[in-house]
Amino acid sequence: MTPILQLKGITKRFPGVLANDHIDLDLRKGEILALLGENGAGKTTLMNILYGLYQPDEGEILIEGEKVTIDSPTDAIKTGIGMVHQHFMLIPVFTVTENVMLGEETIKYGDFLDRKKAAKRIMDISEKYNLQVAPNDYIRDLPVGVQQRVEIIKLLYRDAEILIFDEPTAVLTPQEADELFSIMRSLSDQGNSIIFITHKLREVLDISDRIMVIRRGAVVGETTPDQADKNSLAAMMVGRDVNLEVEKTDKEPGDLVFSVKNLIVADKFQNIVVDNASLDVHAGEIVGIAGVQGNGQTELVEAITGLRKSAEGKITLLSQDITKASPRQITELGSAHVPEDRQADGLVLPFPVAENLVLCTYYKEPFSKGVILQYKTILDHAEKLIEDFDIRTPSAMTPVSSLSGGNQQKVIIARELSRPIDFLVASQPTRGLDVGSIEYIHKRIVQKRDEGCAVLLVSPELDEIMELSDRIVVMYRGQIIADLPNKEITKEQVGLMMAGVLPEEALAEGDQHAVEPAL
Amino acid sequence: MSTSTQAIKHERIYEISPTRKLVMGIIEIIIGAFIFFVFVQTVSGAAKTTFVMTPGGIDIGKVGNWVLPTRITLILLAVLALIIGAYQLIKGFGRSTNALVGLCGLFLVFSFLTWQTADQSLNLAGMLTSAVLLAVPITLGAFSGLLSERAGVINIAIEGLMLMASMVGALIGSITQNAWIGLLGGILASVLLAGIHAVLSIKYRINQVISGTVINIFAAGMTAFLSQKFLQTNQALNSPPLFPRIPIPGLAHIPVIGPIFFNTNIFVYIMFILLIIIQVALFSTRWGLRLRSVGEHPKAADTLGIKVKPTRYMAVLLSGVVAGIGGTFFTLGSVGRFEEGISAGKGFIGLAAMIFGNWTPIGSLGAGLLFGFADAIGSKLSLLGSNIPAQFMGMTPYLITMIVLAGFIGKGHAPAADGEPYEKE
Repeated sequence: MTPILQLKGITKRFPGVLANDHIDLDLRKGEILALLGENGAGKTTLMNILYGLYQPDEGEILIEGEKVTIDSPTDAIKTGIGMVHQHFMLIPVFTVTENVMLGEETIKYGDFLDRKKAAKRIMDISEKYNLQVAPNDYIRDLPVGVQQRVEIIKLLYRDAEILIFDEPTAVLTPQEADELFSIMRSLSDQGNSIIFITHKLREVLDISDRIMVIRRGAVVGETTPDQADKNSLAAMMVGRDVNLEVEKTDKEPGDLVFSVKNLIVADKFQNIVVDNASLDVHAGEIVGIAGVQGNGQTELVEAITGLRKSAEGKITLLSQDITKASPRQITELGSAHVPEDRQADGLVLPFPVAENLVLCTYYKEPFSKGVILQYKTILDHAEKLIEDFDIRTPSAMTPVSSLSGGNQQKVIIARELSRPIDFLVASQPTRGLDVGSIEYIHKRIVQKRDEGCAVLLVSPELDEIMELSDRIVVMYRGQIIADLPNKEITKEQVGLMMAGVLPEEALAEGDQHAVEPAL
Repeated sequence: MSTSTQAIKHERIYEISPTRKLVMGIIEIIIGAFIFFVFVQTVSGAAKTTFVMTPGGIDIGKVGNWVLPTRITLILLAVLALIIGAYQLIKGFGRSTNALVGLCGLFLVFSFLTWQTADQSLNLAGMLTSAVLLAVPITLGAFSGLLSERAGVINIAIEGLMLMASMVGALIGSITQNAWIGLLGGILASVLLAGIHAVLSIKYRINQVISGTVINIFAAGMTAFLSQKFLQTNQALNSPPLFPRIPIPGLAHIPVIGPIFFNTNIFVYIMFILLIIIQVALFSTRWGLRLRSVGEHPKAADTLGIKVKPTRYMAVLLSGVVAGIGGTFFTLGSVGRFEEGISAGKGFIGLAAMIFGNWTPIGSLGAGLLFGFADAIGSKLSLLGSNIPAQFMGMTPYLITMIVLAGFIGKGHAPAADGEPYEKE
């Protein structure tokens, strides 16, 4: 049978980079093909070529054996190719119906929108694939998982048969991801073909029929979930053996370093976003906060680091009340912060690496004398950290904006961890990083903990929480609904709690699963 | 898993923040106290206020005068404001807070008029008529801004467009002695300038505020030059025919409302027709959906095959058409000749009305009428021989705007991609 989609020798060059190097790819009807590769490997470039956003320099695209040219997303949709973007292409102030029909509107009396007819069609599609979407809801009111299903409906509404999912699980809870996988399965069962782009190994093994691995713009291997395992896939992706397990020894926690008591934080609309939260972190302990993004973790961290006022409650660091302290006072007490959004909050992008490395300390000796900055010292300091933390940069004076995401994160890690600290708040420290950088950053965090530093880790990546934490705290709708040692809880149980299932039920349900195989 | 499909909704601590509740209550109390201590105390018990309810020069839909006992009216208004304020402080009005502050503002204005007119007579209907007329350029300016900004292009050039349109309208109207051709000429001039703004901000992605400012400065200089050189020296070039008052059969006979809304200038009718057209077109048609999508999320629109740049060009040019109509109102609908700086900042005020009206047609009209009303009070006061400078009264609507806008923080919804040039990756 002719593959529904064939790419032959696709090559794309950007100034100084060979993004795609003679890539061949076949997609068969009704299959789920996983495209696995690190960030920057060229997956997204390839898909953007397929979706008409870029033109290939060489190579051709065949649909059902016939050569096609795709000059724009509109062309792609016409040839039956649809893409669920990593960052949703939805308009928050429009309804589901309006978003779905935009560009392909159902109209009556000339140019008037026929919202009813469109909504009917959306309901039909929604029922056929069990997507559970209400056409008249506004996008801004919908949780991320549902928004993603709206994106899928957008494609099906346009009769797309080849669906591209670009890192679709990045924003989902484990349960939402499982729901997505069952939707993907039902789509492929009904004859749609799917390309699934990801860098998460577990998902590839769970859902795909076939796996293609891309490294540095070229296909480096093809395999199936039966023949591969996590380690072999990681090695193919990175090009060397990767240690996926974090090496961590058991350690008795020391003295209480940091504590939060009954903290209430409100957002600017006076909504309670952190609701009566209490937690402790001891020396030599990593406490992981698990939770789907937007459940109050961001605001909790901002309150802890002095970036946001809290309404009620008390925050203590090293026996000092820091509830109303400024960020600088908190930093000077011996606290470090790796912020969630490294580009917006962690770095001054146009500044050189060297200056970014002294953002917390530039005003003190030896980096300044009086009001004059000591550039010699700052540069020496930078050279040393670049070496110690393996930051890949052309020079210490290169603007940090031109570094890759992994190296930008290393600049922050270097700045924060090179100071003498007793407490580290790391918020999504590996967001969007490749396997190699993740491995490195995890090692550094564990090393800090072994040195006796208290660590508060916030991450929506459940794997990360499970691997690093000594104790796990689950946040849901602003409340801390569970606080348990890592050893006493399974990943499935944490996942359930992240979705709002009460701890008692989650623990009971998790036990059942654990028992089942034995029966 | 049903729980994960539900929207995460946080409970609210307060419906209205306590500070706002307090501040709004205090404002209402101050209004009440002000009416009582300033107005009531300075008026004699026997004084009567006469409001004429038929505008001058109207012979259909006439009604008798409205005579009020000044002091009692003022006391009543003061007490009402104090009661509202007290209730606001003690219990609070929740969602209706803004509406009641607005009502108290209205009390203040009305009691001021009543007080000022003690033992005199004021043509209230005439004042409202002129308020509507003064609202025309402001509202059209707001509509113009609305069309452009809904598509994601900030258009602060509206002031310049209106100024240019008013001059060209006067010039062409004078030459042809036909107000309609003058109107068309004015629109054309405005569209041309809007086209420049469109090219600069869409094609060359120049900062839209700067591009708009440049056009404003150009229009001010150019019209001043042409006016001094030709229009003022040769009056034949500056005497366009005016659009006449057109009574609408039937509706014009309704008392009070008829003379104000249905026996008036064609520009007022255009304003209301545009309100309906823009409202329907933006929110009920394919055209409007696409235009708004481009202003909210151009990249999403692009991936769905909507041509972002042509859509924005069209929106900015239409914005020019509406601004052109607003501009020609000065010369062809109101004054009957061009003078330097005739638009007097109305284009900018129109943008304020658009923001105040939350980027909606109906809100823009409401804000336009409010600002027009304030202008009308200002000019009537000088006729009554008030010792309060008219300029001061002219300031009040903007003070109100600032207070209300401050109260609305977080509620205003500008289009998400407003002012952001779009470029494909």
